[in-house]
Amino acid sequence: MSDRIFGGLGMLLAAFYIWQATLIQESFVSDPIGPKTFPIIIGAVLGISSLVILLRPDGDPVWPAAPRFLEISMAAAVMIAYAMMLPSIGFVIPTAVVSAYLAWRLGASIPASVIAGIAISIGIYVIFHLILGLSLARGILGF
Amino acid sequence: MDALAALSHGFLVALTFENLALAFLGCFLGTIIGALPGLGPSNGVAILIPLAFTLGLPATPALILLTSVYYGAMYGGRISSILLNIPGDEPAVMTTLDGYPMAQQGRAGEALALSGYASFVGSFFATWGLVFLAPQLVRVALLFGPAEYFALFTLAFATLGGISSRNQAKAALAAALGLGIAMIGVDGQTGVPRFSFGQVHLYDGINFLVAIVGLFALSEVFVFLENRGTEHDTADKRPPIGRLTPPLSTMKASVGTVTRGTVVGFISGVLPGAGASLGSFMSYALEKRLKDTDKTFGKGDPRGVVAPESGNNAAAGGALVPMLALGVPGSGTTAVLLAMLLALNITPSPLLLQSNPDVVWGLIAALFIGNFMLLALNIPMVGLFVRVLLVPTKYLMPAVAMISFVGIYGISGSTFDMIVMVGFGLLGWVLRKLDVPLVPVIMGVLLGNQMEANLRRAMTISNGDWSTLVGTWLSIGLWTLAIAGFILPILFARYFKPAPPAETYGADPD
Repeated sequence: MSDRIFGGLGMLLAAFYIWQATLIQESFVSDPIGPKTFPIIIGAVLGISSLVILLRPDGDPVWPAAPRFLEISMAAAVMIAYAMMLPSIGFVIPTAVVSAYLAWRLGASIPASVIAGIAISIGIYVIFHLILGLSLARGILGF
Repeated sequence: MDALAALSHGFLVALTFENLALAFLGCFLGTIIGALPGLGPSNGVAILIPLAFTLGLPATPALILLTSVYYGAMYGGRISSILLNIPGDEPAVMTTLDGYPMAQQGRAGEALALSGYASFVGSFFATWGLVFLAPQLVRVALLFGPAEYFALFTLAFATLGGISSRNQAKAALAAALGLGIAMIGVDGQTGVPRFSFGQVHLYDGINFLVAIVGLFALSEVFVFLENRGTEHDTADKRPPIGRLTPPLSTMKASVGTVTRGTVVGFISGVLPGAGASLGSFMSYALEKRLKDTDKTFGKGDPRGVVAPESGNNAAAGGALVPMLALGVPGSGTTAVLLAMLLALNITPSPLLLQSNPDVVWGLIAALFIGNFMLLALNIPMVGLFVRVLLVPTKYLMPAVAMISFVGIYGISGSTFDMIVMVGFGLLGWVLRKLDVPLVPVIMGVLLGNQMEANLRRAMTISNGDWSTLVGTWLSIGLWTLAIAGFILPILFARYFKPAPPAETYGADPD
């Protein structure tokens, strides 16, 4: 069943992709096949392979139960929030918080994950910034 | 003996103090990365490329560092395969078949030492093969025009799907997905934006490093989050090691096995699109057919460790031939290496040997040096690397995630890129659940623009006549191989593909 849904979504994506490809503005100087042709070929391959997957699906994978979906979405949301906060808050504090969160969700106890978060953040800061000289996000606090 | 003269020049490049130090660091880090459960050559190198890139290393040293990491991870991967039954990448799957039973019988040390020796022989001779074959291939490659290149890219996608995936439709879909992503951004030839939906961030396209780190490294973190506390949770299992030196008699008895494994592995590596998985599978299968008279394979036969390890490492060397000479990677790891070359502004091509001999021959010399270093590191110090397995994933994975962010932030400093990387991490997780191979996606992202450029160049030359694509015997041959490579595995699936092994879950897709 998963494969049938996946194939259906793939076909929708292929249709959308080909439609968007036809909307590409042509400039007046162009090579014989222009900027649209290759994307349309790709869209066709995408559509055909999706159709085959829809018609001849594999067995279902073992999907996790709903709480685990929430778990993964939460982790992704935390990472996105992290990416948005880096420029304003700086590297060290958000990194410690996010790695502590991930360690906790991967099964570490709360005190252990706080320590791990701080250790990972400071470890990366020392190795990559102080020793190797890589530029890390520098927020209002300067680190 | 041009090749030998060039090689000695390469050694002059590689044998500086800085480069030797980088090679050593790379081998050491690589072995650790390979040994860590859940990390393998492709995601290990993927995390490190942005770092090497932002550290501003010049091309040759960066290449030496990263290929040493690659070779090191290939060596290190066998440690987690043998001790924990967790292969770091797909080629290592065959090593678990006999390596893990050996470990359970208390012969882990013997298996580790034997596989170290087999890896060394395999990659040592494969590097010699590279020395002599690469210049020949360049001569052939000069016959390639844009139409032939387009056919060659198609061939690489077709055979890659044919061998490494269990469902051709999914491999084709993965390739289309990757190629489709590569089309995003301003068109290189006419300057019109494509698929950017008015977003200025998308005008430059999606950086392939963002895609690779997201698909390979971040998706691993999601897999571990999903599996925590289930039967897939492999956190704390470790058998005793036992003696670390193989009995001489076993080594002598396996000379034939190593030789066959090396030859078969190298040939499978050189085929564009085939790569290391095929190498280790073919050499194991061959050995089993030839020598398994007492039905000991799969129950801890040392030859079952030696054959795939020599095949796998020989194929890793062989896969560098098409990668360097034609720019067509044969596996996940060579695709990542290609990404590394592109990030360093080196486009692999037949002319690379002439235009950048320092890079190519320095790299080859570094491979030889790295090989000896790895042998020296691995036989006596394997006990140290085994300790690495004790690092619990609950602390390792957060560090992997954060280092991925550091690397991507270092390239562009852009929040948008980091968010896209998280998106690729989720996409990678979903695709892995659905058994869609990730390597064609990466190759599509990497090669899409070149593939299109070659098609359009061919069309410009022929003035829009599509028959030019099959205009020469060479391109007809390539198209035939591509079609055969895609269709034959559907017909003969049983003979071409490794049976789905019991525990590849969480393995790095190669």
